[in-house]
Amino acid sequence: MKKSVFIGALTVAGLAAGMASAGTVDDIKAKGFLQCGVSTGLVGFAAPDANGNWDGFDVSICRAVAAAVLGDPQAVKFTPTTGKTRFTALASGEVDLLARNTTWTFSRDVDLKFTFVGVNYYDGQGFMVPKELGVASAKDLDGATVCIQTGTTTELNLADFFRSNNISYEPVPIETNAEAQQQYLAGACDVYTTDASGLAATRATFEAPDDHTLLPEIISKEPLGPLVRHGDDQWADTVRWTLNALITAEELGVTSANLAEMSKGTNNPEINRLLGTEGDLGAMLGLDKDWAQRALAGGNYGEIFERNIGESTAIGLARGLNGQWTAGGLIYSPPFR
Amino acid sequence: MTAISDTPKAGFRLSMLIYDTRYRSMTIQIIALIGVLTAFGWIINNTAQNLDDLGMKLGFSFLQEPSSYDINQRLLDYDSRDSHLRASFLGVLNTLVVAVLGCITATIVGVFVGVLRLSNNWIVAKLMAFYVEGFRNVPVLLWIVLSMTIFIETLPQPRDFRGDPPAASMVLNDSVAFTNRGFYIPEPLFSNSLGNVHLFGESSLRFDISLDLMAFLVALIGGILAARFVKRRADHIQETTGVRPVTWWQRLLLIVVPVAIVFYALGLYLGYPALKGFNFQGGIYARNSLIALWLALSLYTAAFIAETVRGGILAISQGQTEAAAALGIRPNRIMSLVVLPQALRVIIPPLISQYLNLTKNSSLAIAVGYMDITGTLGGITLNQTGRALESLMLLMLIYLIISLSISTVMNWYNNSVSLKER
Repeated sequence: MKKSVFIGALTVAGLAAGMASAGTVDDIKAKGFLQCGVSTGLVGFAAPDANGNWDGFDVSICRAVAAAVLGDPQAVKFTPTTGKTRFTALASGEVDLLARNTTWTFSRDVDLKFTFVGVNYYDGQGFMVPKELGVASAKDLDGATVCIQTGTTTELNLADFFRSNNISYEPVPIETNAEAQQQYLAGACDVYTTDASGLAATRATFEAPDDHTLLPEIISKEPLGPLVRHGDDQWADTVRWTLNALITAEELGVTSANLAEMSKGTNNPEINRLLGTEGDLGAMLGLDKDWAQRALAGGNYGEIFERNIGESTAIGLARGLNGQWTAGGLIYSPPFR
Repeated sequence: MTAISDTPKAGFRLSMLIYDTRYRSMTIQIIALIGVLTAFGWIINNTAQNLDDLGMKLGFSFLQEPSSYDINQRLLDYDSRDSHLRASFLGVLNTLVVAVLGCITATIVGVFVGVLRLSNNWIVAKLMAFYVEGFRNVPVLLWIVLSMTIFIETLPQPRDFRGDPPAASMVLNDSVAFTNRGFYIPEPLFSNSLGNVHLFGESSLRFDISLDLMAFLVALIGGILAARFVKRRADHIQETTGVRPVTWWQRLLLIVVPVAIVFYALGLYLGYPALKGFNFQGGIYARNSLIALWLALSLYTAAFIAETVRGGILAISQGQTEAAAALGIRPNRIMSLVVLPQALRVIIPPLISQYLNLTKNSSLAIAVGYMDITGTLGGITLNQTGRALESLMLLMLIYLIISLSISTVMNWYNNSVSLKER
């Protein structure tokens, strides 16, 4: 891994120089598939199923983009990345798009030269502890041993939280979610901390999920979203508006079930503009008119949420902050006009 | 005759660079040098140019920023407000800790196994062969992860030490606890402590030196020097009179008594670990990541050292052993007085490489979450600042310095034991 980081860093620009000439969208069309960076396996967000097909909330974003650009939601090559390798993979051009529950922060956006195209999940860092410890609040964790995934913002939030509450802890840095799970279940750490959604997803895979509890404290803001490299605004726009199309479709009531009917034309001009029966928004993106229809074939934002991580799944996350703005949540897309 | 005196004192012609054997090799070397330098220059220029195009500036000012992360196993004081430089410094110390511990253990185990593999006892020899082949033919990363997994899965959690009756208990008179987070052993404390000397003020490289430790070391080294003086005097008496005075108890006392006096004066007592809250508190805490890394690196490298030692011993001609036996020297002493001193000359040069390998292999520490220099500077710092190129260049420089230092020391030792040719 060290070597790949280094080589990646050295090749960053060699590739960047080459990319400046041809746009990412053209490259993807030429290759015939989208290269998407995802996590190494977080059930509900991105994990291969029994047949080896990647599935999940983040994966659905990649599939929607592939459908919009290439017309085939299966034309995606997934690259599993760890918290450490993900940025190098994106910067070096190994992946075109990173959809890996990555927190949008100032330094990643500005200093690491990435463009976050939006937020697909509003998260926050939480703590999971075994119930038998009898811990009710994160402030009772003085002296506890805490498992963290290294290379993530959670590592920094954790240090800040314990410092500002003046309590001590012992961090156990771990590379992947799977290793963290193993150490946590073996009792090598008392607490596992990561984004609350990730905790819920991890807990859902335990043999006895009810023996573990999530503490009420959410110690950080973690807006998670897909990101691309700086320097290709057309590609950034394509990903951004694909995500917005998914969100707008839910707001306007366009679902995978009524998509065929809606795309024949409706009384709502915004639906018509979105689905390409009116105006030519697709051409402005450099795509055809039906781009959003194809992206929506896998369901709108709400459907993707419910199918992968919603309350009916084992992960069982409530919409909460991730509800539509019209339903009291923060999910809000700029208008299609 | 004239032809000979007429030897052309011709001046230098350009074609001689190629056709004259006196110059040809130099010409080729200079051209190769220019080629290599150009290639390096092109790579560096290309990287700089491309980084510039991306708007990324090379610079090391990020090392002064607060690191914002914590380090679990550390030798010096540190908190998340300290700089990345301080975190890197602690990482270097952690690397050195595991490298030094590993080299010592690997040498002891390696010499032992190497000698035993030559044993006449069939079972012992085969067991040692089994060990050597088993360890050196499996990647060290797997041994590290395996030992960590064994620690995590088989040892009890701290909370198992609670309850009535507890599922696990401390050993050695309730002084040592083996948990799946690490080992807790009693620590020496001093009631009349001399305190610490603080070096480098508040800078990132600040360093505390314990005066208690210094006092102990002075007493120990003084005792050893005095004991050596007694031994030399005994040698002298033996050489002149042929009778060796009995001095072992004098030498032992000279080493033990000063140390005991220092301990008594400082008021030595042991601080025992005790279960408080989530974890044991007090005592010396060695995280299982350190133990697993140390164990795996030592056993892995020891397998190579064992082969080096075996090769060194086999390089000493059988005649030496036979000659020594003919003089009536016992087998153990033949090994220690005749064979090993000569074998060392063969053993030490490859041993240096093994030490270097062990030190470099310690960079696999992150696999078990041990915060060595690769875990701090090359891991979290690199990730949180995104300064991959700078961090990795610094990391390579640090490993280079550590390796060259080990080489220098070991080469110096090698020269001191090598055959003195006059």
